[in-house]
Formats: sequence, C-alpha cells, structure tokens
Amino acid sequence: MGRYVIRRLIQAIPVLLGATLLIFCIVFALPGDPIASLFGDKRPDPAIAEVLREQYHLNDPLLLQYWYYISGVLFRGDFGVNFADVPVSQIMAGKFQITLNLALTALVMEAVIGVGLGLWAALRRGKATDTVILAATLLLISVPTLVTGFVLQLVLGVKLKQWTGADIFPVAGTFAGWRSYLLPGFVLAGVSIAYLTRLTRTSLAETLRSDYIRTATAKGLSRRRVVGRHALRNALIPLITFLGADLGQLMGGAVITETIFNLQGIGNQLFMSVYLREQPVVVGIITVLVLIYILANLVVDLLYAVLDPRIRYE
Amino acid sequence: MKKTSADVLPAEGGLGDAPLLAVDNLHVEFHTRAGVVRAVNGVSYTVGPGETLAVLGESGSGKSVTAQAIMGILDMPPAVIPQGEIRFKGTDLLKLSEHDRTQVRGQRIAMIFQDALSALNPVFTVGWQISEMFRVHRGMSKSDAMKKAVELMDRVRIPAAKQRVHDYPHQFSGGMRQRIMIAMSIALDPEVLIADEPTTALDVTVQAQIMELLAELQRESQMGLILITHDLGVVADVADKIAVMYGGRIVENAPVYDIYRAPAHPYTKGLLDSIPRVDQKGHELYAIKGLPPNLLDLPTGCAFHPRCPFRQENCVTDAPPLYEISGTRGSACHYWREVLDGERR
Amino acid sequence: MSNPTPPVGPGLPETQTMVSDTVPAPAPVREGKHAKKGGKPASLWTDAWYDLRRRPMFIISVVIVAVLLVMSIWPSLFSSIDPFNARSCDLATARQGPSAGHLFGRDNLGCDLYARTVYGARNSIVIGVLTTLFTTVVGGLLGIVAGYRGGVVDTVASRLTEVFFAIPSILGALLIAATFRGKANSILLVILALSVLGWPMVYRIMRAAVITAKGQDFVIAAKALGAGSGRIMFRHLLPNSVAPVIVVATINLGTFIAAEAALSFLGVGVQSPDISWGLMIADARNRFLEAPLPLVIPAVFLSITVLAFIMMGDAVRDALDPKLR
Repeated sequence: MGRYVIRRLIQAIPVLLGATLLIFCIVFALPGDPIASLFGDKRPDPAIAEVLREQYHLNDPLLLQYWYYISGVLFRGDFGVNFADVPVSQIMAGKFQITLNLALTALVMEAVIGVGLGLWAALRRGKATDTVILAATLLLISVPTLVTGFVLQLVLGVKLKQWTGADIFPVAGTFAGWRSYLLPGFVLAGVSIAYLTRLTRTSLAETLRSDYIRTATAKGLSRRRVVGRHALRNALIPLITFLGADLGQLMGGAVITETIFNLQGIGNQLFMSVYLREQPVVVGIITVLVLIYILANLVVDLLYAVLDPRIRYE
Repeated sequence: MKKTSADVLPAEGGLGDAPLLAVDNLHVEFHTRAGVVRAVNGVSYTVGPGETLAVLGESGSGKSVTAQAIMGILDMPPAVIPQGEIRFKGTDLLKLSEHDRTQVRGQRIAMIFQDALSALNPVFTVGWQISEMFRVHRGMSKSDAMKKAVELMDRVRIPAAKQRVHDYPHQFSGGMRQRIMIAMSIALDPEVLIADEPTTALDVTVQAQIMELLAELQRESQMGLILITHDLGVVADVADKIAVMYGGRIVENAPVYDIYRAPAHPYTKGLLDSIPRVDQKGHELYAIKGLPPNLLDLPTGCAFHPRCPFRQENCVTDAPPLYEISGTRGSACHYWREVLDGERR
Repeated sequence: MSNPTPPVGPGLPETQTMVSDTVPAPAPVREGKHAKKGGKPASLWTDAWYDLRRRPMFIISVVIVAVLLVMSIWPSLFSSIDPFNARSCDLATARQGPSAGHLFGRDNLGCDLYARTVYGARNSIVIGVLTTLFTTVVGGLLGIVAGYRGGVVDTVASRLTEVFFAIPSILGALLIAATFRGKANSILLVILALSVLGWPMVYRIMRAAVITAKGQDFVIAAKALGAGSGRIMFRHLLPNSVAPVIVVATINLGTFIAAEAALSFLGVGVQSPDISWGLMIADARNRFLEAPLPLVIPAVFLSITVLAFIMMGDAVRDALDPKLR
C-alpha cells in the first residue's frame, strides 16, 4: 500500500505541474502592469519599479518565473507574497477555512440527504415515492445554484425570520457560527445531492439484482439483513468514491454560493485578486485547489481498496 | 418468543405419508412489458429423503424457475404463481407467511447456484458468509460460528480451512468456491438441497469432484437432492430419477435407468442422441432441429411439435397429458409407444 | 458497480463524478425490437426513437426547446417592445408591478421585464449551443483518436485531460473570462472560457465508448478487410460510440447555459448593453427583497431552459440504455 501511495503521488506531479503552469500562463497574461497598479495614480519612480520587478522576477522568462514559484510551493511550502508584501499563505488561510467549512457542511448534507433519498427510492423502485424522488432530483439538477441560492435565501432566510421572528438560517456572513453555513451549505450541495441520490438509487438497485443477493435471500436471511448488510456494503462503494471526489468540486464551485451569501471564502478572494491583479494569490488559490483535488482522489482510491477486498495495490 | 421453523412445520424426521417435497401442478408467469411469459406450466414432481431427482432441460425450460419458486426467491412481481402447490412435508409453502417462509429457506431447504463467484458476496470473507448461518439462525457467538465454519470447510474438503476462512471469495479457485457454496448450504443440515447447475461453470475434472462431494454429503445426511442441469452426462451416475422439462412442462419422468435404456419422449431421445459417443466416432453428431420455444408465445398443442420428428397432425392441436407408462414413469407424448420402439417416421 | 475496475492506470483515477450516473455505458450493439433488418446502429436509433416518442418528458422538453429556439431567433414575435431601444425604459416607473402591456412589470431601470427576458434567451441559447458544439467536436475528435490509436497518443491526451480536470471549472472559467475581459467580444469570451474547461468530459466519454466498440467483432472484421484508420474511426467506431456522447452533450448544453448565467452574474460574462439572464439576476439582486420579480422572472426562464435540456438528455439516455430504467 505504501508503495502504491508513493507511486500515485509521483504520477500526480505532472498533473499538478501542468495545471499550475496553465493557470500561471493565464494569470500572467492578465492585462496591466502590476507594479504600476501598486502605485495607484502616481507614476512610479522607474528605479524603484525596476528593483521591484527584479525582486518579483518579473523580468525573467515566464517559465523561469514559474519555476521560482512552484519550487517555492513544493519545497518550502512558500506561496510567495502579494505586492503589498503580505504572505499569500496568510491571505489564503482564513478564506480557505471558510470555504472548507462551507464545503464540509455541504458534503455532510449531501451524504445524509443524497444517500437517504437514494436508498428510499431504490427500495420503492417503480412506485410513487421513487417517481417523486427522481423528479425532485431532476429539478435540483436543473435549477442553477444562482436561482436556488436566491430563492432559499428569500424563503428560508428572510421570510421565515419575518414569520417566526427567529433567525434560524442566517442569510449573510459568518456571524452566527456554524448555523451560518446551513443554508449556503444546502445551496452548494443541491446539485450534488441530486446526483448522489441518483447514483445511490442505481447502485443499490443494481446490487439488489446481483446473484449474491439472491444467495443471501436463499440463506433465509430477513429482507432487512439482506439489504442492510449484504447489499448496502456493496452499494456504498461507488458512493463513497463519489463523495470523496466531490469535496474538491464543492470547494472549487463555491464561488456563486459565497457571493450570494456574502461569505468571504476563496471563491470571493480569487474573484477579488483577479481584479486587483494579485497574480501570486490567484495562482496560490488554484494550486491549493489542485492539490486538494489530487489528494482527495488519492484518498478515494485508497478507500476503494479498504471497501472492496478484490482490489489490491501492488 | 420468535417462531422457529419447528413451530411452522412438522419436526425433522416426522414424515408420515407425505413426500419430503412435492411440487404439484405449479404454474409461474412473469408479467413483463412485452406480455406474459409462461415459464412454468403445471409442473409436478416429488423428492424423498436420500433421493436424487435430476431435472433436465435447456435454458428457458422452466427448471430453474421451478427451483426458485420452491425456495421462494422469485422476484414477485414480475413473477406470479397463479396456481399450484409446493408441499414440504405436507405443508404448502406458498400459503406460509413471509416470516414463516424465511424459517424454511436456508434451514430446511437450501440451494446452491451455478456461478459461485457471483453467488458469493465479494466484500465478506467466506468464513463470515458461512458463519452467518449460525449467527443468524442459531444465535451463536461470532467465535463459535467461525469454528463451525472451519468444520464445514473441512467437511467439504477445502485444504487449510483454518487459515482460509479469512479469505475472500475471489481468492479461491472455481471448484473451491463451489465447495464453499456447498458448505454454506449444508450448514444447518437442510432436508432438501437444490443444486442449480452446480458444475456448469467448472472444468470437467472439477465437475466430477463436486458431484462426488454432493453424493457423499447426501449419503451422510439423507437429504433429498434436486439436481438441475442441462447436461445428461452429469446426472447418469448420481440421479435416482429424472424429470425432463420442455417449455415449462415436464415431458418425461422416469427412473434414471429407464430413460437411458429407452427414452419415451422424442425430446429426451433427441437429447440422448446428441451426446457424443466414443463408439460412434466418425458419425455425424445428432442435433435437435429448430430453436427452443418462445415462452411469450408457446406453440399450440404439444410445445415440442415444431421440432419433433414423430409429429402427427393432432400434435399441433392437442396438448398431450403426461401419459402414465408405468407406476414410476410418464411421458407427455401422444406417440410415446412409437418413441419407445424407436420408430422415427 | 458490481464490477469495479481497479484504478490501475497511471495518473489520476477516473473520478466517479456525475458521469457514472448521467451517462449510459458505451452503447451496446443490440438487436432492435422494432427495427427491421437494418444496420446495427440504425436499430439502436430506431428503437430509441420509438421509445422516445412515447415519453411525455421528452415531448415536453422538445416543445420547450422549440419555443426557446424560436424566441432566440425572432424575439419580436413574443414581445412588441424592443428592450434595446432606450426610450422603452423609464426610470420613473422602476420596479413597477405587472400592468397592462407589462406582463411582469418593470426592472430597476424601469425597462419592461418581459421584453428583456425574452430577448435574453438568444445569448443563452447561442452560448449553450456553440459551447456544446466546440466541446463535443474537440473532445469527441480527441477521444475517438486516442481511443482508437491508444499508445502514446492516448497517454498524452489522457494526461492532458487530467490537467484540465484538476482545475475547478467555474473558477477556471472565471479566471479566463476575467483575464481577457475587454479583449474580445464578451459572448465569444464566455464560449471560449467554458469550452476550454468543458471538452475533457466529452473526451473521456468518447474514448471509453470507442475502446469498448473497438473490441467488437465488426470493427475487427473491418480491420481484417483492410479498411483504413480514418474509415474505421468515422464509419465504424463513430456511429457505435456516439450515443453516450449525444446524451452528455444534451445535458451539457443545459449546464453551459447555467454556467453562462453564473459568469454573467459575477460580472465576467455577457456585458451590458447585451442582455443575459445572469446579468439580469445580478442587476436585480440589490433590490431583491423589495422587488423580487426582476430576479425571479429571469431565474424562472433560466431554470426552465436548463431543465428542458437536462430532461431531454435524461430521456435520450433512458431510451438508449434501457438497463438503467
């Protein structure tokens, strides 16, 4: 297993390099001179500007600049500083915390609601419950986050507060602690909930058709045990991999939700940094997200091995 | 107190006049989008303690569906049992509640399947799967149940059983997997064992070993064995009697010796003629003409008539009953005498 | 799922994203129930078509899509007010509720909400269709070549898609759109940003389908008969692997429309004075609580549009792959 992990990490290196290089190239194609923008309306002293350019390697070829950057990240965990000399890691830390909280809230909701609805639908396959759940997933997949965000903010946030007088689901910011994440978490999870519901339904339904389920029934086990022990264990395998891979997707996709609910997460930060032409912050954020994606996929693969004894990594 | 199988059914041993297991005029239909598939159309057979009944037929003949109906593992719907009885020691299983039925399944009547790789759960160790029988049905502790599992694996002659209980199904060879299936099915000493093509997926040499094992286990425990197969070669040595199925009906039943000596139904005769024989090397191999019947739309009259070399006009219109040839023998052919005499027109 | 493939290959695993559920297994070549003799792919399609015509979901989505198409080509058929004419707006009437001649009332700038929403359909449809076209052609071509050739071509192309998969798509699109903002036509820019990150999914599906089809007897037979690579790829492999791609393309069309709205909402997509539902939502959000209609109306149009395409894709998938029912 250890060797497999190392091999996989080595194989992930080209992906990490490729993705960050791509972003690096796009970001440094950003229009405008970052040094000039640093001085605002004043014209910078050419000598000072030149020193700064040298300091930030802005005069070197792009590939060399990239190498300075990525070697700092990989070997020293150093994401550089922005042009106001604030370390990028410091800028990102707080933002990532918020986005991670949001994504984890979404992930928990996704797991509970998605798997729950999916199992329910699979066990009532072809009945009214199944049809209603399927229709609901279709709706959840189709209505964009943009729309669910505003609608839920209005209905569950504002209107509910007007009717009940209690601020059950805060609609903006993170002042209410974990409760602040409930509504945005659900909005962010929406599409994933629907996909997970469908995946759970297909997975369990498929498992229930397999020969070993027939065997379990023929062993005289109760329906409850057949489904709960024999089918579920097998049906869960693809679901867990979906959930694992989804963490990265949720973090990367949170920008709309963050904007609607005014959460100062990485999506928002990226958006701002693009406008402020803070290249190091932009590249830093994407690099961390790519790393999360790679690690999440590695964890998923290892989970696979734990859950399915047929898979061996040698 | 939870009801046990003993409350529902006569105690083990007390048999009286009723046969151990009797299938009586069983019908099974599948209601599908394309129409009603009549998979089993009035099948009757019995099996007694220590007796081996071989049910012979090609795929789609209804032999497996009948077995699944006995086990109560058909998916209903789409399957429907419009009429018939399945009596286990005189009690009609079809009239039992689902709870009572569960008490019979696996404990009194057990089943082994064709493809042990897909029939065993891939994510549990074989020890876990065998010992589950003892844990669930006998309330044994985990460690006691595991000991019983090792004993059973020894009994079906799996080498190094003590170590291998912790292995997963995919780590065994095909023959060993089938032994595990068998160990699991005989765990609670069932009175009837249904083996659905137990050797089809195996190599020829392994086939013989598995059949031998089954026969031996049966001798030891006096269970009734229903052996479902499409392979006449497999049954000759082990079966006491044979029921040949075609188009969801039994077309011939007889003691095994009688069938091999002289079949009384053209289909059986065709099956026998199509076995390659060493003494006829060089002859063209016989094959039954035509295709198996479409269960959605069975031929009128005798279902075999489109393929039958003995066909007469009335075969197309009149479905033959199971004519009694002797006390132990029957054939569903209007012209069984001609078939017996071997006259092909 | 009964048969999970161990993640053997190098690099990142085939993540179990939505693909596993939205996409049928590479189309099996099966005998059609309703087809006459016909070629293999023909029977699959005839069968699917027979099935589709009987699905209310499909019919409804086709009708919605047809209406949207007409709306985006001739918006004046639906609205007598031209929203691009500045005189049609009147700040004094901003956020007025529905009245005669103004079905949904007016927006924050006093423009007719209905007219703007109708005229907004065009950009959504254009961006959705063109992005789908680009991603399908690029991803599909690469996928068919990589799947058929295998070897180095496949390795390089597959590693390349992994790079793109690793970048979060909305953020990536945002980055591209923001970086080049003002340098190009905003609509073209949205299409570019979405296409750059959208093609790898099509690639993966096409490649998987081609690899399956490649092993089938008729391809081997064609090869044995001396057919050239091009002929095998486009005459034999393409028709037999295109089904899952069509399903994904239809569903993608919906998601691209939603993505366009998201980018426009964030201010990096379609730019005023062009009309986009996402832009309308962004403009309406500050007064959302007092005047919900200017936000709700484009939101409803957007949702229905996305729903129609996804429903259509769902229906086609179910028709092509009855196993999933």
